[in-house]
Amino acid sequence: MSSKVEVYASEVERETSSWGLWGRQIWAIFRSELKKNIFNRRAIFFYLLASFPVLLFSTFLFAQGFEALSLSVVLFFGCSWLFINLFRSEVMDKSLHYYFLTPVRRELLVVAKYFSAVVISSTLFSIVTAISLFFIYTPRGYEAGMQYFFEGPGLSQALAYIGITVLGCIGYGSIFLLFGLFFRNPIIPAVFLYGWEMINFLLPPILKKLSIIFYLQSLTPIKLSVGPYAIVAEPASPWIAIPSMLLLTAVVLFLTCLKVRKMEISYGNE
Amino acid sequence: MIIFEDVSKFYGEILGVNRINLSISRGITSLVGPNGSGKTTLMNLMSGLLQPTQGSISVLGISPNRPEKLFRKLGYCAQFDSFPRGITGRNFIQSFLEISGYTRQEATDLTNKALTRVNLVEAASRKVDGYSKGMRQRIRLAQAIAHNPEVLVLDEPLNGLDPMARAEVIALFRDLSAQGMYLIVSSHILHEVDMMSDRVVLINNGYIVADGDTRGVRSEMQEHPLQILIRCDRPSILAAKVFQQDDVVEARLHKDRQGLFIKTVHPEKFYLVFNKIVLEEQLKIESIHPVDDDLNAVYQYLIGSEGS
Repeated sequence: MSSKVEVYASEVERETSSWGLWGRQIWAIFRSELKKNIFNRRAIFFYLLASFPVLLFSTFLFAQGFEALSLSVVLFFGCSWLFINLFRSEVMDKSLHYYFLTPVRRELLVVAKYFSAVVISSTLFSIVTAISLFFIYTPRGYEAGMQYFFEGPGLSQALAYIGITVLGCIGYGSIFLLFGLFFRNPIIPAVFLYGWEMINFLLPPILKKLSIIFYLQSLTPIKLSVGPYAIVAEPASPWIAIPSMLLLTAVVLFLTCLKVRKMEISYGNE
Repeated sequence: MIIFEDVSKFYGEILGVNRINLSISRGITSLVGPNGSGKTTLMNLMSGLLQPTQGSISVLGISPNRPEKLFRKLGYCAQFDSFPRGITGRNFIQSFLEISGYTRQEATDLTNKALTRVNLVEAASRKVDGYSKGMRQRIRLAQAIAHNPEVLVLDEPLNGLDPMARAEVIALFRDLSAQGMYLIVSSHILHEVDMMSDRVVLINNGYIVADGDTRGVRSEMQEHPLQILIRCDRPSILAAKVFQQDDVVEARLHKDRQGLFIKTVHPEKFYLVFNKIVLEEQLKIESIHPVDDDLNAVYQYLIGSEGS
């Protein structure tokens, strides 16, 4: 055994719980997750779904398209695929034990995996949102586009939509992570959640607040008519909507950490 | 020390292991038993992949519930023959080390060292999906030893290896054991376990049925007669003489009529009497050796089925 190796071992051992070590571990897990979720044939579905709004936005007004397509379909199903599979796909592939056999706190593993998926989904869907905006304003000409963005409300609206996209990934992501870990068949609660989100406009105000779409729609810079049968509720202010979503995420991550801490590896054979 | 205190594990109503009390010290300890006996369950409990239903486990004073501390000291080569998709042998080890907290340079150095130890340097840049079963076994072994753990847990580590690779891996285990490591090996290939183990723990149906070095376990079974093959010039005379002894329960001529199989329930007493007979009858003894003093005989006697 070389002395160099012994030095490595003792250095790592000294810092079993330092921020530096945790940072390195999160970064390593992030890179590993990136390879699995982005540079992988399975991700084709994810890319196709993400490109959907870009192809269809020319037929919509952006604000309508964003709510009806980006939030309700692309972000919902994209996040469901990515976050449900964070742990589940590794159980199916019988490879989760490799993570569990590393000197990483299981809580840190949950946070790192969740963080990786939030970065991946937020980046991809934010880029799609930005490209969609670009394509919508391109037909108006360069001059008009620039004026709208930099002298009018365009830039703040674009940033608001991107912010809503990121918040949607955070909120939906945490719920789907929970579904993937707590349910044997997570499709069932995901379908139920989709139904609940879709009928949100028909729900009484108190029940609307028990959804994610309500808070995301509350933050959109352009308010749309929700139709003649809708029950109208006062939108949540950003000071309520954003902390509520972050609080939900924190609670869900806490529950997920508890679950993963006690999680056993039994792929079904000895 | 690795200590199991009154450990039980149930999968619902199915017994995994029951009321295990075991202390494992340095050296090579083999867990032996038929499929489903509880060997992997014990190993998974030790590494925190399973939680005990009752009892407690301590690995060098660390609870398996603390992976951030445990896996600095423990490497586990599991039996699961699956890998992250599309990964190369080198990346498999490198990413493990980087997730463990090593810098890229440290991880690269340790990866090279581990690959060298298992003779996989040349194949390291190939995808693991294309590896043979033996190569997959060796890359898992490389990952388990890459961070120089003090405790190495190996679930059926000789499976899929050709005879040459088996010999190399057994030599590696001996080398690691000589360095003062704890090696816990599960296997059903008994003669190999017999060759390399300092200690054997026999498990059946979730219970430990015997524990100790192979000969020690064998001597615990006093009521089970020991079979000895004696090769000599006049085996029939020897047979007539030894059969008069109370402790000899069977004396049978070898088919080549140059040897005699003897079954005795008190081997030490038998050897004393045997010396006298040899002197009195002036027998020319060619060889004497116990024929069922190996692990297979112990296994067959205690568990009732033959190992491979």
